[in-house]
Amino acid sequence: MSAPLFDRLRTIAADVLEVTPAKISADSSPESIETWDSVHHLNLVLALEQEFNLQFEPEEIDQMKDIQHILDILGSKVA
Amino acid sequence: MNSTEARQEIDRLIAAQDAPAAARALADLWAHEASPSAAGFVVPRFEQLRPALKLQPYRLAILRSFTVEPMAPLLRAAAFCAGLDLVVHVSDFNAHVQAIMDAGSPLYGFAGDAVILAVQTRDVAPELWNDFTGLTADQVQSAVTRVSGEFRNWIRVFRNKSQAHLIVHNLEASDTPSGGLLDGQSANGQSVAIAEINRNLQQAASENTGVHILDYDALVARHGRANWHDERKWLTVRLPIATIHLNHMVREWMRFLHPLTGKISKALVVDLDNTLWGGVIGEDGLTGIKLGTEYPGAAFQAVQRALIDLYRRGILLAICSKNNQEDALEAIHKHPGMILKPEQFAAMRINWGDKSQNLREIAQELNIGVDALAFLDDNPIERQQVRSALPEVFVLDLPSDAMEFARIIRECPVFERLTLSAEDQRRGAMYQAQREREQLEQNITSREDFYRSLQQEAEIFPLTKATLARIAQLTNKTNQFNLTTRRYTEQQISELVAKPGWDCYSIRVRDRFGDNGLVGVAITHQQGDTAEIDTFLLSCRVIGRTIETAFLSFLVGQARSKGAHQLQGWFLPTKKNAPARNFYSEHGFTPAHRNGDGTLWTLNLTRDSLPAPEWIRLHVLNGDK
Repeated sequence: MSAPLFDRLRTIAADVLEVTPAKISADSSPESIETWDSVHHLNLVLALEQEFNLQFEPEEIDQMKDIQHILDILGSKVA
Repeated sequence: MNSTEARQEIDRLIAAQDAPAAARALADLWAHEASPSAAGFVVPRFEQLRPALKLQPYRLAILRSFTVEPMAPLLRAAAFCAGLDLVVHVSDFNAHVQAIMDAGSPLYGFAGDAVILAVQTRDVAPELWNDFTGLTADQVQSAVTRVSGEFRNWIRVFRNKSQAHLIVHNLEASDTPSGGLLDGQSANGQSVAIAEINRNLQQAASENTGVHILDYDALVARHGRANWHDERKWLTVRLPIATIHLNHMVREWMRFLHPLTGKISKALVVDLDNTLWGGVIGEDGLTGIKLGTEYPGAAFQAVQRALIDLYRRGILLAICSKNNQEDALEAIHKHPGMILKPEQFAAMRINWGDKSQNLREIAQELNIGVDALAFLDDNPIERQQVRSALPEVFVLDLPSDAMEFARIIRECPVFERLTLSAEDQRRGAMYQAQREREQLEQNITSREDFYRSLQQEAEIFPLTKATLARIAQLTNKTNQFNLTTRRYTEQQISELVAKPGWDCYSIRVRDRFGDNGLVGVAITHQQGDTAEIDTFLLSCRVIGRTIETAFLSFLVGQARSKGAHQLQGWFLPTKKNAPARNFYSEHGFTPAHRNGDGTLWTLNLTRDSLPAPEWIRLHVLNGDK
């Protein structure tokens, strides 16, 4: 797991989901974070696209069930 | 400072309860990274600071045919940074027709200050978007007529049910017209049909007050049609706009919110060296500075052209420069590359003094608040000094590349206007005439000689459609010579005057130095033998020239001719209208009633008369009521 990538993801997720970065871990998901609803999920996707200057495929967005999955997808696209 | 450090610093300022500094730091952060992520950081912090900041509340509803939710936090963050506390209401998908037609819809329940109607070509004109090549010329024309008629009807119904401003997105052309190259060859092509709807839409908007067109087609084109859209997001979540352009949509909305909320600058104060021309006049001399049609002087001519456009929009220009006045004036008057003319500057401070002090003096000279000034200077140190000494001044951020300057001036939202009166267009020239009047006044000793020498002519006329916008503007911005300070929208004035017994008059003044334009408004109503002045105001640029006496004398004559025995009017004191305090007593009115709000003054028309000053030539015109 790439630590700098996780840190960047954590900062963005904390911003968008309006929680402190400490509350974001690899297994954070819509189940564990109350503000993570469908609108915030879309905002998170858009925030990552802008920050990393990339575009996710619809299938990739479907797989983003928790922070670990997002990190894996990001890692495969950034690398 | 990187973005993590900037965030930590902001949280430190909030913890230290330094709300103004925290708000400035949040605005700085937003200026550097306007993104969905930054919006998630900025919005909740402004919400937390809200009680400690003087934010202007504003309510905005968005009627839409596509996903706008991700733009709402971006818009709220941008609005907070501009001093607006924005509440955003988003309608259901494609519910705009029902929302507009049904008086009981959530749209009207929300009671917004402004409403955006954002619908796409493919949603409101699907046959033109999806199946264009299958249509005959007649079918194309009937689609154009249908869609134009729908827009016209939505605007009309909305205007009847609400006084809110309405911002309507026009329709975008396709980036890949159905006919391919053929589309450009035909007078009945897809692009032409969509442009025709847009022309009809523009016409419908201009026939109503408070309805404004957002040129969505031009916005998309400006950022590149091929790049604006994200087909994946459109097909999956009904978001047609690519991530990197969401903020461009938001900035376009903000360009409207600035003039709608009064977050605008009335004057732009500019530096000279490396701003109006390249180089330093004191060192490079008249022949050394760069200003002309070729690079690099062309960049500065582009700046001057942008400034002339602002001048013609009614924004005053002034100079604040650290220079020897003689050197700078020589360049302004004699340099062949100068596009701006010396008389287009309403004030000049060319000296070695502190710029913030010079800005204060300029505001005073122009008779506007310091908060109505914007400041343009290539030097980041001067900008910082003005920002910290006068935080109420709008300071434009400039990069080091002068070729960017003109675009930044043109995109600046504080210079946006949604209506332009004849007065706005001539404002710069009127300030020039005012300076000449003041010189004349200083040279003539008796007041009466001064009035005579002005050779004033005044026209008084009832409300017309052409003057309605200016009249509403005056009721909203006149603070000093305003007896009752009642603010009216165009809509409200039209409704008032439609009632029996109500009249609205305005006065236009010309003198030997030029046309002052429409400078005064009176609204009266009469019932039985009593006439009452509801509103009486004059622009400060004509105060003290007995125009007010001529105007009041006209109202006295009107009331008498309609059979009134007395004319009455309230003076309602405010913090700013002291210049009007003695108006009624100086014209023979006596106090009849007093309450906590003010004093009601009355004039007995059967006994007293009020002649107009003989040095004003007065014309009374008929209007269209």
